[in-house]
Amino acid sequence: MTRLLDNRNALGLAFMLPAGVLLLVFLTYPLGLGTWLGFTDAKIGRSGEWVGLDNFAFLLGDSVARLSLFNTLFYTVVASTLKFALGLWLALLLNRHLPFKAFLRAIVLLPFIVPTALSAIAFWWLYDSQFSVLSWALAKAGLIDSYIDFLGQPWAARFSTIAANIWRGVPFVAICLLAGLQTISPSLYEAAALDGATDWQKFWHVTLPMLTPIIAVVMTFSVLFTFTDFQLIYVLTRGGPLNATHLMATLSFQRAIPGGALGEGAALATAMVPFLLAAILFSYFGLQRRAWQQGGADR
Amino acid sequence: MSEMKRRDFLKITAGLAAGAPLLAHAQGKPASFTYRPEKGAKLRVLRWKRFVQGDEDAFMAHAKRFSDKFGVEVRVDNEGWEDVRPKAAVAANVGSGPDIIYGWFDDPHQYPDKLLDLSDIGNYLGAKYGGWFPVAEIYGKRAGRWIAIPLGAAGATFTHRISHVQAAGFKEFPKETAGFLELCKAMKAKGTPPGFALGNAVGDGNSWTHWLVWAFGGKLVDEKGNVAINSPETIRALEYAKELYATFVPGTLSWLDPNNNKAFLDGQISITNNGISIYYAAKNSADAKVKDMVPDIGHANYPIGPAGRPTELHLMSQAMVFKYSKAPNAAKAFIAFMMEKEQYEPWQQAAIGYVTHPLKAYDANPIWTVDPKHTPYRDCVAKMTPHSYAGPLGYASAAAMADFIIVNMVAEAASGSKTPKEAAERAAARANRYYKV
Repeated sequence: MTRLLDNRNALGLAFMLPAGVLLLVFLTYPLGLGTWLGFTDAKIGRSGEWVGLDNFAFLLGDSVARLSLFNTLFYTVVASTLKFALGLWLALLLNRHLPFKAFLRAIVLLPFIVPTALSAIAFWWLYDSQFSVLSWALAKAGLIDSYIDFLGQPWAARFSTIAANIWRGVPFVAICLLAGLQTISPSLYEAAALDGATDWQKFWHVTLPMLTPIIAVVMTFSVLFTFTDFQLIYVLTRGGPLNATHLMATLSFQRAIPGGALGEGAALATAMVPFLLAAILFSYFGLQRRAWQQGGADR
Repeated sequence: MSEMKRRDFLKITAGLAAGAPLLAHAQGKPASFTYRPEKGAKLRVLRWKRFVQGDEDAFMAHAKRFSDKFGVEVRVDNEGWEDVRPKAAVAANVGSGPDIIYGWFDDPHQYPDKLLDLSDIGNYLGAKYGGWFPVAEIYGKRAGRWIAIPLGAAGATFTHRISHVQAAGFKEFPKETAGFLELCKAMKAKGTPPGFALGNAVGDGNSWTHWLVWAFGGKLVDEKGNVAINSPETIRALEYAKELYATFVPGTLSWLDPNNNKAFLDGQISITNNGISIYYAAKNSADAKVKDMVPDIGHANYPIGPAGRPTELHLMSQAMVFKYSKAPNAAKAFIAFMMEKEQYEPWQQAAIGYVTHPLKAYDANPIWTVDPKHTPYRDCVAKMTPHSYAGPLGYASAAAMADFIIVNMVAEAASGSKTPKEAAERAAARANRYYKV
């Protein structure tokens, strides 16, 4: 026993065991079960039979499922791109020497701290077809004649939900990038200044390259969060109008639980996995830390 | 002492005590039901709550009365009404959870094998209280036996502003679809438009769009479950929807369940389909402007269309007992107890008629006549058509409604994003996927 306790490997395993069991029980098992359900015709209250790829073939032929795939990709690409651009901009601003720096940095995090369901309800009011304060203000200012139908027209609804998602997601990107910015050694900027670099050149040739590793991590998370968004859509539109804002996650829930088709819903959820894996692999291989960033030479 | 009393009570069969008419009924079993809860049983009940606080208060008080009377511990969880369905589904799947769940629509028909046969209560209550309305039997029975006991339906009427209807030149609310369209056009012209939810609104959106399609003789499927939505009748309904939509307040395509309540109480719309909750909210409002609206709020049953009969859809709720329950008799006793006159009538009153009864005898509940504005809600179940019409209840009907096939079809045609023909074809294609087997 003592010898076992002295053995670093055995001890290491023992310490990892609780975490391993937790991951196995609460992550691997549900994921495995979900994937398996996607290949069965399980309904609520009835365990399913193996049906192979039937569910996926069914979804491929389903116009609403195809629309939800388009919506999800559109939502993710547009929202993630804008979150990245705005987040980087905000991080650069916050990285300067501003008055009340700590206070400002704290306040920027607010949208991220508020529970999504709550901020979604706030947006629901902002976008209300009758009571929108945005429409009201614009109408009072004489800029519009009738209230804006934020959530009632397919494209308007897509952009409205994207705007709400961006509002919520920017702080996360900004704060993480800010942390990255602060790790960049000032000597690099000094060297650049001595070489006569402009602000733009400093950004392009120093800041951005030094930031890529953290950008990779942040954007991977951001894309994953956006791709699997559920709460925002569920509160704002339930996937309407005319299914224009149904994401794969919301449609998967609608089919599986209120609709009772567990297998089909699980298949839809499983169909999200390849996209998520692709996003992870892209950022892993495309944006991973390079040798030169640690002062080594490129191979 | 109290032990004695309880045992004495248990000997009394409710059927005999009530002197119920022992009429012939299904399967010729006697219409009696004995309250025989297991000794020391514990019950967990999951039910929905919605806008009327009185409903929850009265239900809880009656549950406590049941506890005291039979010595059965009862825990009631009140959840948001849309959260009950997923929870019931999970309970059915994993085989544990609440003993009784008050679910919605075809919940029991999705997992009938997991449910206890409740025929004794169903037959007993029917015989004692003047019979079940036909639609209640459709929802409660499967293959001739009761698998769930309908609690009632959260009914809706066309809630409207009486003075605005009159100002539009109508003495009373039209009883037919043709007149209703004229009214809406006139109201739009007067600046007091109607508004009906066309977003993915589970309650209000499904109710009025199903009514519309059925009113013109359209139906998603025929009696055998073959998809029949792409029909001339549906096209006519959708053409009507298009004309009707032109009179709506802007923005209804985005409306979820609460939107029409808010817009009505703010005076922005003058007709919508809703439960009695708008009237209730106005009555209890602290805002003088809203309270002044109360005498002007009217309720009318949905107009009748070319189909020539009422075609209303309301939110039917029913109690299920799961086979895994360790106290099946106590569970049955609880459901029956809550349906007995002593509990049911005061409960309906506390909910000020938010829930319409499935048993005919409760037509006589004074709640329906104490305020003439309650009366239209009395007939909601009598006028109701099951959402699976004209097919059977089950997976396909649940899936079709959850997927908003009818709502989307009406919204597409009404908004002009598709022609009525295209919208009907698309709905047929979507429905076919669920009814394929």
